[in-house]
Amino acid sequence: MTTATTTTYIGTRLQRKEDPRLITGSGLFTDDVTLPGMVYVSLVRSPHAHARIRRIDTSAATKEPGVVAVLTGKDLEATGVLPVFISVPKQSTSKHMPIATDKVRYAGDAVAAVVAETRDAAKRAADAVTVDYEPLPVVVDATKALEPGAPIVNEELGTNLVFTYPVKGGDIDKAFGDAEVKVSLHLVNQRLIANAMEPRSAAAKFEAGELTLWSTTQIPHFVQLIASLNLGLSQNKVRVIAPEVGGGFGSKLQVYAEELLVGHLAKTLGRPVKWTEERREGYLATVHGRDLVGDIEVAAKRDGTILGVRIRTVANMGAYLQAFAPVSATILHAFIIPGPYIIPAFDIEIRGAYTNTTPVDAYRGAGRPEAIYAMERAIDRLADEIGMDPAEVRRKNFIPPDAFPFNTITGITYDSGNYAPALDRALAMADYKGFEKRRAESKGRGNYRGIGISSYVEICGLAPSKANSALGVGWGGYESARIRVHPTGAVQVFTGTSPHGQGHETSWSQIAADALGISPNDIEVRHGDTFESPGMGVGTFGSRSLPVGGIAVHKAAEKIREKVIQIGAHLLEASPDDVVIEGGKVFVKGVPEKAKNFGDVSMAAYVANNLPAGMEPGLEATVYYDPPNFTFPFGTHVAEVEIDGETGAVELVRYSACDDCGRQINPMIVEGQLHGGIAQGIGQALYEGAVYDDNGQLLSGSMMEYHVPTAEDVPAFKLDHTVTLTKTNPLGVKGVGEAGTIGSTPAVVNAVIDALSPLGIKHLDMPLTPEKIWRATLKSKGEGKR
Amino acid sequence: MAQAITVTVNGTKRTKDVEPSQLLVELLRDTLGLTGTHVGCDTSQCGACTVLVDGRATKSCTILAVQTDGAEVVTVEGLAKNGELHPVQRAFASEHALQCGFCTPGLMITAVDFLARNASPSDAEIRHAIEGNLCRCTGYHNIVNAIRSAAAMMTMSAQSKVAAEVKR
Repeated sequence: MTTATTTTYIGTRLQRKEDPRLITGSGLFTDDVTLPGMVYVSLVRSPHAHARIRRIDTSAATKEPGVVAVLTGKDLEATGVLPVFISVPKQSTSKHMPIATDKVRYAGDAVAAVVAETRDAAKRAADAVTVDYEPLPVVVDATKALEPGAPIVNEELGTNLVFTYPVKGGDIDKAFGDAEVKVSLHLVNQRLIANAMEPRSAAAKFEAGELTLWSTTQIPHFVQLIASLNLGLSQNKVRVIAPEVGGGFGSKLQVYAEELLVGHLAKTLGRPVKWTEERREGYLATVHGRDLVGDIEVAAKRDGTILGVRIRTVANMGAYLQAFAPVSATILHAFIIPGPYIIPAFDIEIRGAYTNTTPVDAYRGAGRPEAIYAMERAIDRLADEIGMDPAEVRRKNFIPPDAFPFNTITGITYDSGNYAPALDRALAMADYKGFEKRRAESKGRGNYRGIGISSYVEICGLAPSKANSALGVGWGGYESARIRVHPTGAVQVFTGTSPHGQGHETSWSQIAADALGISPNDIEVRHGDTFESPGMGVGTFGSRSLPVGGIAVHKAAEKIREKVIQIGAHLLEASPDDVVIEGGKVFVKGVPEKAKNFGDVSMAAYVANNLPAGMEPGLEATVYYDPPNFTFPFGTHVAEVEIDGETGAVELVRYSACDDCGRQINPMIVEGQLHGGIAQGIGQALYEGAVYDDNGQLLSGSMMEYHVPTAEDVPAFKLDHTVTLTKTNPLGVKGVGEAGTIGSTPAVVNAVIDALSPLGIKHLDMPLTPEKIWRATLKSKGEGKR
Repeated sequence: MAQAITVTVNGTKRTKDVEPSQLLVELLRDTLGLTGTHVGCDTSQCGACTVLVDGRATKSCTILAVQTDGAEVVTVEGLAKNGELHPVQRAFASEHALQCGFCTPGLMITAVDFLARNASPSDAEIRHAIEGNLCRCTGYHNIVNAIRSAAAMMTMSAQSKVAAEVKR
């Protein structure tokens, strides 16, 4: 088998193929799909967080002008429950109907759907639906939800406990018994709202027995699968298209009620149907992220050596269990808490709880930001306790480079890693050595200055299908690719990944170009249409697209390359071992003047009257790539802040990050992923937080109350990288979509706490708003009552 | 009661009947089919719907269609002239200032208006100018670079025009 060894295009800053349509306004997003005869859906949503539905009166709504149909939960019972793809041990899974039938379990739970000729008419008629609710006691806080006597959110389960998930390794009692020093922190990892800039939308048409469903989704194939099963359509009659998708960050990693609803309506009404969420509606009815509360304890020696880590955490799952929800709280969280460190003993127990709040699922990083936040805050607490430089505590506990492959205490195997160089380079960029001088200068201005470090390892490349099975994930973690070379030599790559900003059309072209010896400009990458891509694509989430989907493209291109060389050798009357492809020419090594064009060879493959003996005609290859292991990107981020001594406002004065995602296919895209991730992590540290009152009303219910960072809230970022290739895949790529979010949040919080440490402040929970900091500084000065 | 208005959109006069409650963004997207202008929120925070109204960047979800009677509106579809991209469009692509591209039209329009009033802005001025346009993908880093780069391109092109005039 010939292997492509050239990296002509891999590693270059190729301009994005996606951009020409996106900068001219010609890209098609789901809400841009408008069809003749289209009708529009508006949902009636519960104002109560927990209430029994006594009666729904739709008669007035039905009489409103332009109304086509009004549906309640009973009309949709036949479409079945919304899917949960995860089953951890003893999981109690809620029965989540597309529209509530018996009772509502969170403010925003849908109770009826109105279909009308226009958006406005549907909205007006939705206001005319009257629902008689019997309000029930509400539980919002996950810890309280697990106490005896708490209101039960899903009565059929008899409990609010979703799961108890323990992971243990080593002798934790001995670790704490031997400890010279113990530190502990109570940490709130607040609830977040993803706020992808494109609101969710779904449109459908049903023609000649075939359903076409456009959706703002990260997983079109799963939407197709569930739409087929739940709507009673043969899967070959359900085409799901994820056109341009305007960001996801996990919030579009679902099969949502509205997708099934528009499919059902298109099928039953025989008219095209569209639903697009309003942003405030999205705040209630699109999944939220994070929301973990826990205690971390670290046992260590006075020299900074960590002996053991113990964690008890409660994860708020919201009112219903969503498609992948337990994964973020359990697997992607617990297993990666040790990060880059040698942890001899480990003991974690995570409990999931139902509450009367919007359901929670993956949000950029999905479990890993929570894990690294806990560990990195604890490391800083330990450094503070023993009076040691936090950088040195990290360095002391790093897994040394000669220890790989390294089996962690949680039972996973890091194939590769080299953590100290990334730390060193990040510290150098941050001028860590010169910091104390800057701190003194800030003090002279009456301000507090702090510097914070965060070193992480993440777990990407989700996932080996066997590992998925062992962990309770009900579907394999492979990815698919099909490459079709047309007779003329035109190349199309069909990928099972479903990008929504990540630039797969560009990066996949670079990968295929190097394997095929042609230009990326001669390759078209197509995605997000279940009638074009291979039978199953798992989709885009968890920084998996490149280390799984990109490798599938690479392997499919290698198959094509092999066949082109075989045919080329036959036409050139040479041995395949001597034939190469370069610059779109197929020739015997050293004899480029006697070459066949790539297109001549593809034409020969289809003309098929002069092929090597026994070779089948055509030039097409499909690959399902199942990775043998996860990948483990790593890095160190350093944040520096200056806090206004009067107001408590945090200014991020410097941000430096050194990340290692293995080989970079397109460094420009890698940097973009890091910039965006870092900004989102800063958002969690300083600005963002979903807030409920005790009645389950979302107080941060719009962009006016929930602060998505603006250009003035984040600094310019200084980036560097190291390259440690993973041995898990032939390109050595590891994934980078979430690294920024994972590294940044703890770095920023550590910087703020470092700044406030002269006041004796040991910890504050996120978001670190000016008010929170101001109050804390007053309290520490003994002026708390002011 | 619907009323007839005449708006010049991307250089073409359009006369349409609009409802008094119709927003400019609805006229552009639903009536005129110009779907490059996006709706990202309902509280005037995100700026995805920003268009030029008589040269000024305006959130088209916050202005009624009837208010634009007689006005000149430019959307993302009208930024390129004679098949040539606007320097802001070119800079957004070359600096990788967009990922999902949903917020991009609004950000580019804001930048066009801003650069018309400030030809050589500082980074702080750029950040202030775009604080009404949210982007969740890029962390703004490359957007700031793109606007700075577009400013340089536009200054250079203006200077070469002057030089050409002087030569003549």
